[in-house]
Amino acid sequence: MTQRTEDSSKRTWRPRRKESAIHGLFLLNGVLVVAVLLGIFLLLVVTSIPAFREIGLREFLGNTNWNPTSFVRPSYGILAMLVSTFMVTLGALAIAVPLGIGTAAYLSEVASRRVREIAKPVVEILAGIPSVVIGFLGIVLVGPAIARLFHLPNGLNAINGSILLAIMALPTIVSLTEDALRSVPRSYEEASLALGATRWQTLIRVKIPAASSGTTAACMLGMGRAIGETMTVLMATGCAPAMPTSFLDSVRTMTATIAIELGEVPYNTTHYYALFTVGLVLFIITFIVNMVSDVVLRKYQKVSR
Amino acid sequence: MARWFRIVLIAWMCLLPATEVFARNMVQVKGSDTLINLVQKLAEAYMQKNPGKIIAVTGGGSGTGIAALVNGKCDIANSSRLIKDKEIAQARERKIDPKRVVIAIDGLCVVTNAKNPVDKLTMDQLGRIFRGEIKNWKEVGGENRPITLYGRQSNSGTYDFFMEFVLKGDYSSKMNQMNGNAQIVEAIKQDLSGIGYVGVGYVRDTKGVIVVKVAAKVGGYYGSPLNQQDVDTGKYPLIRPLQQYINGMPKPLIRDFLAFELSKEGQEIVKQEGFFPIQPEYAKLNKNLGL
Repeated sequence: MTQRTEDSSKRTWRPRRKESAIHGLFLLNGVLVVAVLLGIFLLLVVTSIPAFREIGLREFLGNTNWNPTSFVRPSYGILAMLVSTFMVTLGALAIAVPLGIGTAAYLSEVASRRVREIAKPVVEILAGIPSVVIGFLGIVLVGPAIARLFHLPNGLNAINGSILLAIMALPTIVSLTEDALRSVPRSYEEASLALGATRWQTLIRVKIPAASSGTTAACMLGMGRAIGETMTVLMATGCAPAMPTSFLDSVRTMTATIAIELGEVPYNTTHYYALFTVGLVLFIITFIVNMVSDVVLRKYQKVSR
Repeated sequence: MARWFRIVLIAWMCLLPATEVFARNMVQVKGSDTLINLVQKLAEAYMQKNPGKIIAVTGGGSGTGIAALVNGKCDIANSSRLIKDKEIAQARERKIDPKRVVIAIDGLCVVTNAKNPVDKLTMDQLGRIFRGEIKNWKEVGGENRPITLYGRQSNSGTYDFFMEFVLKGDYSSKMNQMNGNAQIVEAIKQDLSGIGYVGVGYVRDTKGVIVVKVAAKVGGYYGSPLNQQDVDTGKYPLIRPLQQYINGMPKPLIRDFLAFELSKEGQEIVKQEGFFPIQPEYAKLNKNLGL
């Protein structure tokens, strides 16, 4: 009798230990991810504090001039860069969101199976093109085309950056929106068609609104990609530090500024801390974008329930 | 799966010491975009004559190169400008002793589009154009067209040199800041109203752009950087030495490479790349390092 209970206790003890070990490993993974994120945030904040002390928030957020290596007087205003980043990002979304949702709708609703089998992988390959290559295309292909179209001396401006960033954000938006559209319950579609709506009306008035949570998430991810893109904008937007007055002006984003200057800045100088502050601003913007998308998602989920 | 992983792990650990050996025999050169093509050619020629020695050359701009030297991340820093006092102080703090070797002379070229009728400017005009004070080509005798400025970024030695030597002030904030010399030349080839500055090695055999003749004063002699005599006699005002900074007296591996660069063969390569061989006064400076 005792032997049997010992055997049975051994049989239940070992799998339980393995379970708790795996449980612990996954917990460690999750904690590690959060710790890394928190660590990055803390690093940015701690390295930015000297900049705030030496430069001051008013100069930082109020001045449009960013010229730390100035001949006359160093200035650390990020306003022009902030506006530039938002210009190229919003321009990119203005192109990529309609195009992306349209492509997703086409792929999930209208395209025949053969077309979809070719088109979907092609869109996903687009996501794999290195940003340097896209920047290069911006210089040699898109740039001259823009220069000819708008009668400009060169095509290195915000529109060029927006087009390239739209190309980069498109695969994300298309993929996720298409998945969202496919996961709309068939009952919605059938109910709409049963009430006499055409397929177009069903798509526009029923399916796309029903998939809005996935679509919003897709657009937010695309926006995050566009905000953080460095190499493409560095190569194709002209990098003039002046405050842009139109989309046809040469612009310099925050990411490009960090990429240009961090390599040559001496450690632990005001310029060095100021660059980390720019990084902190980028981090905060991305964080806000994600938070907003989260809130929007939750609101739509509540409504659809 | 676990066994495969263990094999890979052991193989990787065995290869690690091999990379140490590579690192010891490798000379890491970083810095100026103006110098990068030249130093790459010199490195290739040197490695052909000395198999087994590895010289790795990367760019990033003079500022990046000097920062890497100061942080102990490279052996030789290519620089098209002189090291700043701030950088020397930082180097001393980190126990790095920067020493300078001049390997070539550059006649900094101001380039405009081939179809632009303006082909000579004074230093004062250049300063005013790049500071943004002169905004239209007609103000300097050209067509009625707004001037488009092309320059480098703040990590560039050429950017620094031009700012201190020609502008004596800040660049116009509307200047397009390009990544490198080649990008400036390519942009100006396509832009009728463009003007920019590049190292002389980048305009050799280039169609589509013209090199502007520069005079030190109004009514003075307009010298050209393509004319060896103008450069030698100093009649062309925008002449600058191209140097490499090393840490302390050169170790044998580095010394050998530097000696090659300064030899007749090395200076021949300098000429082929479009730059000018070093002048006697700089050769004398280099002798202090035993080169």
